[in-house]
Amino acid sequence: MKIAVIKYNAGNIRSVAFALERLQVEYTITDHPEEIQQADKVIFPGVGEASTTMRYLKDNRLDDLIRSLKQPVLGICLGMQLMCKHSEENDTPCLGIFDETVRLFVPQHHEKVPHMGWNSLTTINDWLPSELKDQFVYFVHSFYVPISAHTSAQTDYIQAFSSAMRKDNFYAVQFHPEKSGPVGEKVIQAFLQQ
Amino acid sequence: MLTKRIIPCLDIKDGRTVKGVNFLELRDAGDPVALGEMYAQQGADELVFLDISATNEKRKTFVKLVREIAAHVNIPFTVGGGISSIEDVAPLLEAGADKVSINSAAVSNPQLIDDLAKAFGSQFVVLAIDARKVNNQWTVHTHGGSRPTEKKLFTWAKEGQSRGAGEILFTSMDHDGTKSGFAVDPLEKLNQLLQIPVIASGGAGNMSHFLEAFVIGKADAALAATLFHFGEIKIPDLKAYLSNHHLPIRKTI
Repeated sequence: MKIAVIKYNAGNIRSVAFALERLQVEYTITDHPEEIQQADKVIFPGVGEASTTMRYLKDNRLDDLIRSLKQPVLGICLGMQLMCKHSEENDTPCLGIFDETVRLFVPQHHEKVPHMGWNSLTTINDWLPSELKDQFVYFVHSFYVPISAHTSAQTDYIQAFSSAMRKDNFYAVQFHPEKSGPVGEKVIQAFLQQ
Repeated sequence: MLTKRIIPCLDIKDGRTVKGVNFLELRDAGDPVALGEMYAQQGADELVFLDISATNEKRKTFVKLVREIAAHVNIPFTVGGGISSIEDVAPLLEAGADKVSINSAAVSNPQLIDDLAKAFGSQFVVLAIDARKVNNQWTVHTHGGSRPTEKKLFTWAKEGQSRGAGEILFTSMDHDGTKSGFAVDPLEKLNQLLQIPVIASGGAGNMSHFLEAFVIGKADAALAATLFHFGEIKIPDLKAYLSNHHLPIRKTI
């Protein structure tokens, strides 16, 4: 199985690579269109700011490439948010794979933003194994994707939001499976089995 | 529910753990990677590795070590010690660190916080503050707590937040090493004042001290070193205790 991790100006590519190594999965980190298109699975990681990252993807023609992929693609954190239609983070038009708007957390009772730390998956469906219900995963984010028909896991912080999604061959998680201990490893494995 | 975090802190000198690490389970308790992996398996929520090596030569050893930690440890970790510029930070992040903590260098050059937050994002920047009460005021100290400064804890923490720090790691030097409990009053005040998470450090002696730091001090996370290293408190026991006291705590599989 060939796994391509999309190389761009994101912060956590090294961590994702190490997580794949711990699972003894071979991968390449690449921004080469043919290599990405020919991979069996594609991982689209992300830590950073939406508008700068979208500009980088456009400048390097990775935006159309990602949209056109037919094999399973996993967006992580900012990767998931960039798969949506629009982000409130600097009013950024995104890839539009999911028809959702990414919104800023607004504290109701002195909750801290960013949402940082370990939180649980309160509902699980679709591609994630049901044993992951109520398990904890690691989050760091200030923007969230609301619940929709494409939600595959929910988490509660200020309100319920989408902690995992799927539409056709596009899979996405808001948390960092590469930093979420054994639970995160199960999430990565679930994706690799798609 | 977002859980309270338990964070063991490891001091590293010349690539090895220092400060009385004593574990029967480990063949080599001086190996930071093995120790980090063990804590992760026991249910630690994050790890902190502080480099206390004195020379630049030895710091290069630390970068190699960070890469090894990132390759083996599957939970988030922060690295710190002697960081004074973007140039110091970039190789640590490239090696796979999730966050860096800055302390003395930020006091002498507060712009460093802005620069790091801008370059790498606020979530990468932990502002570590060592403070003790001087004339009834919480006063910031640098260089491992040896040098008093003009800065006061609360104004400095607030300034750190507005410059882009993503978290505050507050160590009370009055409590550190005493095993008499965390400094809950200033913790509570920091929590009121700040919108970013606060990590409590210094003073842990038993499990009820962690409960106080979370319930009264409203800390988001609590850090300890020797208490864990000497096995005086085992992380699974601590997490079970806090959970029994109705705190949101991560359960591991």
